[in-house]
Amino acid sequence: MMNCKQATRLLSDAQERKLTLKEKTTLTMHTAMCSACRNFGKQMESIRHISLDYVRGNNSKDENEFDE
Amino acid sequence: MVINDSERQNFATIKNKFDDAEFMNKVRRDMHKFASLQLKDEGLAEDAVQEALIAAHKNRASFGRKSAFKTWVFAILKNKIIDILRKRKREINISEFSDDDSDDISDTLFNERGFWHLEERPIGWTAPMESVKDEHFWRVFETCLAGLPENLAQLFMMREFLELESTEICSTLDISTSNLHVMLYRARVRLRECLENKWFKQE
Repeated sequence: MMNCKQATRLLSDAQERKLTLKEKTTLTMHTAMCSACRNFGKQMESIRHISLDYVRGNNSKDENEFDE
Repeated sequence: MVINDSERQNFATIKNKFDDAEFMNKVRRDMHKFASLQLKDEGLAEDAVQEALIAAHKNRASFGRKSAFKTWVFAILKNKIIDILRKRKREINISEFSDDDSDDISDTLFNERGFWHLEERPIGWTAPMESVKDEHFWRVFETCLAGLPENLAQLFMMREFLELESTEICSTLDISTSNLHVMLYRARVRLRECLENKWFKQE
């Protein structure tokens, strides 16, 4: 079975490239049983959104009059 | 040329922005902070800010009211930073970006079989996109970012702040894709760990 170290690496790589079918299958089997890695996977997406918000947004609160 | 009402209004609003010294000072400070974070050079950061503001002013007619003014100038600033990073390519010491195992903290997170140490297991983050509305969260985020080894921080910001694709980063810095991916992984693992300990476990 895939371990957490390998699973987290794939969960990060998934932000960069399409995983192969084999990778996806073994990863899904792992995360079905491992809540920690499930959380890790969600957090990879959160970190991306948070980063975009940091750039985009630092911000829009300064000028709400522009919101439509 | 016929200018319709909404265009006239748009032009008036943006003119007000450029003329609002207090507002522009704040935008400029934030731009400078953002550029220095990534260029690690005050002079180059100031150049990027200047060029971005000049370009923004020159193209002020193309500013669409749909986006916030600051979002718009930051998009221009991002392109200026990318230009500078590309130009600097040859001056960067490539070895800085080589896969250095000292950046690897996996031994502290995983046991010898590669499974999470009990106390390191990621917890569920409650409403992460609510946190971004909290001023204090951004201070934690900046602290965590500053705590990354410099090469990891640089790659992370190129990917997530400047939104460059993997292939573009690899060609800009002359590193391999697998090298980039392992370093982005290490950056994310550290940042995740830091955000969880300093913010999500504190809430």
